[in-house]
Amino acid sequence: MKLRNILPGTLLVFLFFSAALISYLWTPFDVALIDIKARFKSPDTINWLGTDHFGRDMLSMLMVGARTSIAVAIVAVGIGMLFGVPLGLTAAAKRGSWLDELIMRANDLVFAFPALLIAIMITAVYGPGAVNAIIAIGIFNIPVFARLSRGAALSIWKRDFIQAAKVSGKGAVRISSEHILPNITNLLIVQGTIQFSLGILAEAGLSFVGLGTQPPIPSWGRMLADSQTLIYTEPQLALYPGLAIVLTVLGLNLLGDGLRDWLDPRLRHDR
Amino acid sequence: MKSINIIPAAIAVLLLTSGAHAAKTDLVLGMQLEPPNLDPTGGAAAAIDEIVYANIFEGLTQFGADGSVNPALAESWEISEDGKRYTFTLQSGVKFHDGSAMDSEDVKFSLDRAGAEDSTNAQKQLFANIESVEVVDAQTVALNLKAADGNMLFNLAWGDAVIVAPETIGTAVTSPVGTGPFKFSNWVQGDQIVIEKNPDYWGEPVKLEKATFKFISEPTAAFAAIMAGDVDAFPVYPAPENLAQLEADPRFSVVLGSTEGETILSTNNKQAPLDDVRVRQAIAHAIDRSAIIDGAMFGYGTPIGSHFAPHNPAYVDLTAKSEYDPQKSKALLKEAGLEDGFTTTLKLPPPAYARRGGEIIASQLREVGINVEISNLEWAQWLEQVFKGKDYGLTIVSHTEPMDIGIYANPEYYFQYDNADFRALIENFNAESDPDKRMTLLKDAQTIIADDYVNGYLFQLAKTGVASSKLKGLWPNSPTQANDLTGVYWED
Repeated sequence: MKLRNILPGTLLVFLFFSAALISYLWTPFDVALIDIKARFKSPDTINWLGTDHFGRDMLSMLMVGARTSIAVAIVAVGIGMLFGVPLGLTAAAKRGSWLDELIMRANDLVFAFPALLIAIMITAVYGPGAVNAIIAIGIFNIPVFARLSRGAALSIWKRDFIQAAKVSGKGAVRISSEHILPNITNLLIVQGTIQFSLGILAEAGLSFVGLGTQPPIPSWGRMLADSQTLIYTEPQLALYPGLAIVLTVLGLNLLGDGLRDWLDPRLRHDR
Repeated sequence: MKSINIIPAAIAVLLLTSGAHAAKTDLVLGMQLEPPNLDPTGGAAAAIDEIVYANIFEGLTQFGADGSVNPALAESWEISEDGKRYTFTLQSGVKFHDGSAMDSEDVKFSLDRAGAEDSTNAQKQLFANIESVEVVDAQTVALNLKAADGNMLFNLAWGDAVIVAPETIGTAVTSPVGTGPFKFSNWVQGDQIVIEKNPDYWGEPVKLEKATFKFISEPTAAFAAIMAGDVDAFPVYPAPENLAQLEADPRFSVVLGSTEGETILSTNNKQAPLDDVRVRQAIAHAIDRSAIIDGAMFGYGTPIGSHFAPHNPAYVDLTAKSEYDPQKSKALLKEAGLEDGFTTTLKLPPPAYARRGGEIIASQLREVGINVEISNLEWAQWLEQVFKGKDYGLTIVSHTEPMDIGIYANPEYYFQYDNADFRALIENFNAESDPDKRMTLLKDAQTIIADDYVNGYLFQLAKTGVASSKLKGLWPNSPTQANDLTGVYWED
């Protein structure tokens, strides 16, 4: 019963990931090609989803937009894990020490800022662009993973097999990497999926206000922003990228929920 | 029973009909940008003039709706034989909004202040030719010029040349005191500015009692505001894509007019490789103007081939010099040693013509091998980086000042165009008073900058005004940066 979320979640995520991957090799049309005469075309056999206000093929735009969103979100979550997990593990290994305090209070500091505000601040200082958006979204992922891994690691440090490892002479670094990390991987994967969907939302939000991906690279957020004033005459131009964002985020959340249920050891006996 | 009910019903009918007959006397006008202050003699922003010009402040002369120069605070004038002395007779009985009288001392103060060494006036060159301002008597003032100047009456009509009082100019940035038919009432920062009828106006009284300028920068919000009736008129409606829909709606009238806005692909003439005229010509031939006008402005706009308004009598159509020809463009790049193309920056301010036009131009330039990196900037950043800092390759902006071809004679201007011949020509033009010769010089000036491909000349911005169909008297065109409300009224 608990697994019912995984299937639709996986399907949706697979759909958008494969669209993004295919777009590296092939899109129905070149998204950089502007042809004003062909704008606002209704869906037909050539342009399956019609064309936008510049005459660009909507399907191609959505495919490349998926690539932008996913690439930004992957790297941002990667940054969060790369810095957050070691910080959290260190804090757990040195629990109670000044180092633990320093790491966790610094994380609290970052966490206290609303995520989007950090992103706006960074892009305002260093200029808008995909790279700065990635860094901005990545930074607010760090405390999420640091807190999660510290909390999870603390409970594992109390377990008997850690005592055994200690007795056999393993240091804190080896225990953290050989025993703690594998035991919290499940949690990290689930959290990663959730953060991934938040990353996609953040990228769309930043691009919507003009601070994310810059033209001519298509982005779902900017497609939404561009179609704002056309919503009364050409509502489909806002509908497609809007649906793409909703479905991707929905898919990732369903997948995350499903994975949590599947991977959580405490729920294992339910199956 | 029936007879009893007639009385309240009759009263109701009476109230309703009388209400309908009394025409509205207040107006809410939508504007995209809020002015940074309200002193037209100290700030450059067009939004200042769009509120205060002709409404709060008046000059010796003033632009009419057709761009003509008309008497305003100067009732009449005489020009000496040699064209170097202008004697103005002032209107009598003119009072500032604080009750003090406007006399020739105020005129002297205003013009001396605007042209002074330390003046912050945005159009200081307008006053450069004034040698001295002489108070003859309270109602008469004379300007002594350094050289005969056919532009003087035109220059004095600018919003930057309005007459202010020495006692109140210090506070003009937040509460302007002028001589106009409206007086400043209230400013809610970030939202609106209210002006009210001046009951002591010296000229013909205005029909409106009150006017509110409401600042709405988002095109979507502008559409919602006009549809909901929160705003009665948008003299320059920001989203051309909605105009067809608004035109079809009987509640609104859409008025298409001309502006003084030459929309150009401004080019940094000092930055390599754009300092090479062949490269600039290559850019000009790579641009398809009709695609930009259609794609960015939904067809509203007139193609231009130089920095000059097509409705001006001295206009020459030079669009053929930069017709769309990608092959020629590639050949020119090869000639300049750039057959593999090059990369430059394109910094875009917020208006839709720039943002959308920029994407289209980027795509067109890519076709000939020029790679542009787009960055979208807010106005403050644009002014800082591009206009003041000259740190840009290309940018798109509309120059909305009237007859501003003279900016090409200033090598310090952000295009950094430096041509001694052009400067000499503009000097001759300023000194010339014979209309035919002036016309010829203007035509030559347009041709020189078109031949030098100083900038990419795109289109003349259309004035796409949307207003309630019962509102009459708004200017159909924008001969200067202004929303002159003196003739505006509601039809019954």
